[in-house]
Amino acid sequence: MRYLPHTDTDRKAMLETIGVSSFDELFTDVPEAARLDELIDLPTKQGELQVERALGAMAGQNVAAGSVPFFVGAGAYRHHIPATVDHLIQRSEFLTAYTPYQPEISQGTLQTLFEFQTQVALLTGMDVANASMYDGSTACAEAVMMAARVTRRDKAVMAGSVHPHYVAASQTLSKHSDVNITVTDPGNANLEDVLSAIDDTTACVVVQTPDIFGQLHDLRAISEAAHAKGALLIAVFTETVALGLMEAPGNMGADIAVGEGQSIGVGLNFGGPYVGLFACKNDRRFIRQMPGRLAGETVDADGRRGYVLTLSTREQHIRREKATSNICTNAGLCSLAFTVHMTLLGEKGLTNMARLSHEMACDLADRLGSIEGVNVETEAFFNEFTIRLPQPAVDVVDKLAASGVLAGVPASRLFPGQFEDLLIVAATETNTEEDLIIFEKALRGVLS
Amino acid sequence: MSMNSQGRPTRIADNAATGGYADTFSGSRGLDQAEALIFERGATDRCGVDLPEPKGTALRMGGLERQGEIGLPGLSEPETMRHYVRLSRKNYAIDLGLYPLGSCTMKHNPRLNEKVARMPGFADVHPLQPASTVQGAYQLIGELGHWLMTLTGMPAVAMSPKAGAHGEFCGMLAIRAALDARGETNRRRVLVPESAHGTNPATAIQCGFTCDEIPADAGGRVDMEALKAKLGDDIAGIMLTNPNTCGLFERDIREIADLIHEAGGYFYCDGANFNAIVGRVRPGDLGVDAMHINLHKTFSTPHGGGGPGSGPTVLSEALAPFAPVPFVVQEGKSWKMVEQEEGEASESFGRMAAFHGQMGMFTRALTYMMSHGSDGLKQVANDAVLNANYILARLKHVMTPAFAGFCMHEALFDDRFLQGTGVSTLDFAKAMIDEGYHPMTMYFPLVVHGAMLIEPTETESREGLDRFIDTMEALAKAANGGETDRFLAAPVHAPTKRLDETRAARQPVLRWTAPMEDEPVAAE
Amino acid sequence: MTTYYTEDHEWITVDGDTATVGITAHAAEQLGDVVFVELPDSGKAVSQGDDMAVVESVKAASEVYAPVDGEVVDTNGDLEDAPATVNEDAAGKGWFVKLKLSNPSQLEALMDEAGYKAHIA
Repeated sequence: MRYLPHTDTDRKAMLETIGVSSFDELFTDVPEAARLDELIDLPTKQGELQVERALGAMAGQNVAAGSVPFFVGAGAYRHHIPATVDHLIQRSEFLTAYTPYQPEISQGTLQTLFEFQTQVALLTGMDVANASMYDGSTACAEAVMMAARVTRRDKAVMAGSVHPHYVAASQTLSKHSDVNITVTDPGNANLEDVLSAIDDTTACVVVQTPDIFGQLHDLRAISEAAHAKGALLIAVFTETVALGLMEAPGNMGADIAVGEGQSIGVGLNFGGPYVGLFACKNDRRFIRQMPGRLAGETVDADGRRGYVLTLSTREQHIRREKATSNICTNAGLCSLAFTVHMTLLGEKGLTNMARLSHEMACDLADRLGSIEGVNVETEAFFNEFTIRLPQPAVDVVDKLAASGVLAGVPASRLFPGQFEDLLIVAATETNTEEDLIIFEKALRGVLS
Repeated sequence: MSMNSQGRPTRIADNAATGGYADTFSGSRGLDQAEALIFERGATDRCGVDLPEPKGTALRMGGLERQGEIGLPGLSEPETMRHYVRLSRKNYAIDLGLYPLGSCTMKHNPRLNEKVARMPGFADVHPLQPASTVQGAYQLIGELGHWLMTLTGMPAVAMSPKAGAHGEFCGMLAIRAALDARGETNRRRVLVPESAHGTNPATAIQCGFTCDEIPADAGGRVDMEALKAKLGDDIAGIMLTNPNTCGLFERDIREIADLIHEAGGYFYCDGANFNAIVGRVRPGDLGVDAMHINLHKTFSTPHGGGGPGSGPTVLSEALAPFAPVPFVVQEGKSWKMVEQEEGEASESFGRMAAFHGQMGMFTRALTYMMSHGSDGLKQVANDAVLNANYILARLKHVMTPAFAGFCMHEALFDDRFLQGTGVSTLDFAKAMIDEGYHPMTMYFPLVVHGAMLIEPTETESREGLDRFIDTMEALAKAANGGETDRFLAAPVHAPTKRLDETRAARQPVLRWTAPMEDEPVAAE
Repeated sequence: MTTYYTEDHEWITVDGDTATVGITAHAAEQLGDVVFVELPDSGKAVSQGDDMAVVESVKAASEVYAPVDGEVVDTNGDLEDAPATVNEDAAGKGWFVKLKLSNPSQLEALMDEAGYKAHIA
């Protein structure tokens, strides 16, 4: 077998060195009843050709986003990723390296993490960021738990317009803790009910901007209200490119900013792996309560600058039961892809990309809004907005898919039993005017 | 105070020799290139991407545009390539050499995995596309789930956990849900061996349980008498790793499972060490109720410098109803995704993360499984255990194995062979770096002093193992021969010498910050 | 003022009904470089043996236990910016907590300096 270097001669000689004559003699601790005599009932080994063919056939049954006019968002976005990114993350020394626990031979990983942390802090307008989490939803959940620890309170108020998957992940993570999550009505476009829910028992307020419907929110009023009561503001974002054009959460008073970095460098990947971004203010209380890995700067014995994982006593491998989280990984290769792409973009590239995405969305909103019976519901948006249709959005999307347009996400998929006529639509710099024309035409056709 | 200390120095040794290289003008040394931070190299107006010019039409952002600069540096494509290629060369990697980290299973990462993961039908599909457009994706998740259930002998699997620790959380949440559903809300105590990985107790606490530690016996396995003494009607279950973190198969595992079940609890198995038994033993036959599988360990998905992982969790009949959403279900010839906690998922404990799981790792893992097949996977376990025992057999006369007898896929040594030499486990590990090897896992498990846990995996050749063994033997002899300098100054051949971890913790610098206009450059 | 020692390497120096508590130099040396000390809030009531503080080195976190029953009346704020003080002067400037004793008779069971030296020998 191509991945197994030993020949039968090797095996025989090695067994002899060990002092046994068969593999079975090394497995005598296994209870007899659990020893398998036969091979497990699964296909036997296959060469590359066969495997590639079989899985290629499976892949071939899926409609790739790049092959049709594509407008699906709601938490994951399709942006153009330069060829350099994928090339670099496939370098052996990045792909097949482990967590940088031996820093002297992991400076590649550690320095890129340090750069990543800095980029995330700059993007979010925060002081400090960690080396990434699994994804935006679990980062959000961890932020809620951190706020509870820091404030020693147990009430969390989440705006109903936060991505429902993020709300659910937060509820699941906090299920068996003292934290109680109140979710406000998603049908409320403004955040009045979030404001009125803040009191002296509130640990944190969680608001997403742009929200699940694409609506942008000014966080300043909420941050003042939260701080007045000693609560923290957690700002959530699911589209990092938005930070290239919109005000940073840190500049609007957020204490913790969490979100999904997938738009940069990572790609759609049918939902994972992604990269969770987690940043906060440089408050002593916060740094020690932050979950996840942290890369820090130091010097070596020669005085040369270098980087190490630091503040590890927060983590499970040292603190065990008292750890800030059970997390034992970061997004590794995905955070590398993010930082490489962000380096290629720089300020200029990111703001351009953001502008292109926003302009595309504006054009699309104009086109769709011009169709009779269709109303654009979102006043201020970045690259995603919600339209109200005269028919159930699920049916419209299915019909459009059948005619080769991936039109967006029906809100009812994320809010079962609600918003049946709402469709969440996203656009990015990867769309063309041709795409918009086709979408408009197809939608007119379906609605007529 | 509890002396919960590894007691090893993290500041640079005062007597560390700084021998090795002559200083160069550039700071580079031959192929090891000095490389500053992007913030020191790049500029906000440099860019490595050509995008069309935006039209510059009026924004529709409600006045919420960014007011100031972000401060992000950019680099051209050639500069970007150099930056990261130079940095990459400062990393050790599996593709470079043996990576003997215990319980990490640093096996070869096949490149076919990468090719398949990048097929547009897998890489360029959105999780929320209509089901009719992603049937092949649902099918792949279902197929991988089938392989995992068949290999483990378990009837159900939760595919959505994003990493091993997330899978542990999944399993323990299912156990908590099952107990609560039975109305047994007094059952809150989880037994955890003292040799357990830190994620185990951390996860148990997150699920509202308390941890009760069971000691190991003199042979490195769970102390059965201690376990029996800790049973009671407040037992929620046990979290066991098997083979355990000492590299030993828990012989009494069936008895343990029966005892826990009789006491009314559930058996969680940490599947980190599945590589030792895949294809030969099914955890379901051992009485396991839930087990997470690290796809990035046993099933070769790349470690990527720390992630991403993937932790699908197999579940018993008793726990299956509580599995998280979403999950795929086959209906006739087509597949659907169950996303809401209703119908067949009405008892689900909820959703653990956005979307459906680590699809990118699923494609890689299934590619690996199909390549090996059931016969190849059995051979994987055989060769993994063979390689670890070969190392044990050939090093036991110069190093001190922690326990007598054979091991499974990893060999555990302690620091008795270094006693009186002035060389610690840490120093020994740093000397290995100079020899061109990544050190083994150090100071874990905690049950053994100065632990050294070596897992070679099955993808190490005999020649590779021999070279490693010869080097370790030479190092052990050198330590015992009084050559302490070699160890205390190490590493001297790596891109950096030992780093001041104390300083990094006392004065955390977690990001680059733009210097103030008039600030002098900080002197060392 | 008398100083007593616990088996768990805490020292407690008593002055009337208040006492200062820290960890011994031996303990600090075993721990390695101290990078952080987590201190309790003033006003917290502790019982003998309770978790009272945490002292962290880079690779480990160790519990510091209350040597006797009492109430925390003051904590050493200097340790926040200078945790190294614990290594430099564990018996003096590296003190952790001041307690108001509620059960001074518990002191009788603790060791004196000679007893502690014998204990760690």
